[in-house]
Amino acid sequence: MLSQIATILLLLAGAAFFLAGTLGLLRFPDVYTRLHALTKADNVGLGLIVLGLALQAESWTAIGKMTLIWLLVLIASATGAHLVAQGALRKKIRSWKP
Amino acid sequence: MEAMIQPLGLALDGLLALTLLWLAWRVLASADLFKSIVFFIAFGLVMALIWVRLGAPDVALAEAAIGAGLTGALFLAALSRLRQGEEGMANGTHLRRANGLRFGAQAALIGLLIALFLALGFALLSLQNEAPGLSREVADMLPASGVSNPVTAVLLNFRAYDTLLEMGVLLLAVIAAWSLSAAPKEAVDAPGPVLGGFVRLLLPPMILVSSYLLWVGAYAPGGAFQAGAVLAAAAVLLLLSGRSPRASGWLGWPLRVILSLGLAVFIAIGLALTFAGRLFLDYPPDEAGNIILVIEVVATVSIGATLAALFAGGRPQQDKRE
Repeated sequence: MLSQIATILLLLAGAAFFLAGTLGLLRFPDVYTRLHALTKADNVGLGLIVLGLALQAESWTAIGKMTLIWLLVLIASATGAHLVAQGALRKKIRSWKP
Repeated sequence: MEAMIQPLGLALDGLLALTLLWLAWRVLASADLFKSIVFFIAFGLVMALIWVRLGAPDVALAEAAIGAGLTGALFLAALSRLRQGEEGMANGTHLRRANGLRFGAQAALIGLLIALFLALGFALLSLQNEAPGLSREVADMLPASGVSNPVTAVLLNFRAYDTLLEMGVLLLAVIAAWSLSAAPKEAVDAPGPVLGGFVRLLLPPMILVSSYLLWVGAYAPGGAFQAGAVLAAAAVLLLLSGRSPRASGWLGWPLRVILSLGLAVFIAIGLALTFAGRLFLDYPPDEAGNIILVIEVVATVSIGATLAALFAGGRPQQDKRE
């Protein structure tokens, strides 16, 4: 029962991070700030969701697989964000100044 | 609890279906080809989720890896080459909306589409609720197939012909692409330490995942096409990071052998069975598991090489320096 409540809370927190990241993607002013919102918030969100699901996992291998997925997403999204930002810099897209 | 899950699942399915329709419309209606491609990739991912909801994880894996991932990469590569060809031309050579159709023709077209939609909907609704399909026959014959995953049993045993012909189609696609033009010399800028490190870090796990998908296909979702797609993705990453094997001797006959190996082994096994007095591709039940494994291993390598060769987009050019 306790683990189920913890899972629900973690999943909700993860979803909240995803929502915030998506809001940032839609509302932030330029490509650099949008990347910032998207990758950081989604990485934490996915981590929380993996943590929440790990509490309900039936076996250690399932937990291992989910953790592996999270790590791979971390690496891939960090690299992807770097490449998009690098491409934007090469195209001389200016960053937003308030 | 069950009563709660049902409407929630329905709402999720409805949302997925509407998203899919909207994405399909955006793919077709976007004037900017780059946007179209991005929507197409999103379409493939939502489609994969829908296959999961329909209980078809095998198709979902193939859709995500090949439909969204590799086809998307192929489209992006094609687009960048289109733009390179366009640079000399005047501005505005992007696809113009064909607004030449007269109003009458438009109305007739829309009427036709609505009629087609209604006819399809009627045909779908008039189907029997529980179409029996062939799942019982498959389940009955599964012990003789050599594998315990019914999808693999169908693809590589009961209907191995289909898969054999698919391998042929893939090979034909490469031959067609190669006969059209030589691969363009990619102007890869220095990939930078991040992409290089990323590729170095990710290649071994990708090859491991590919082997895992190949092996697990015997008794769980997976198989040659999914494994081959992961292998091809690894090769695409290598190409993108500027580590193309252009200078090595790999692009001569070794690549050609790898490309055609899947089809060749498949046909050879089929013929060997006919010489042994059985039908073409009619595996003896005792050996079926091993035969399927052999075919899947070579098919995986061939599919990976084929998809990567299509991404490279033409006959390989070897360095003149050799």
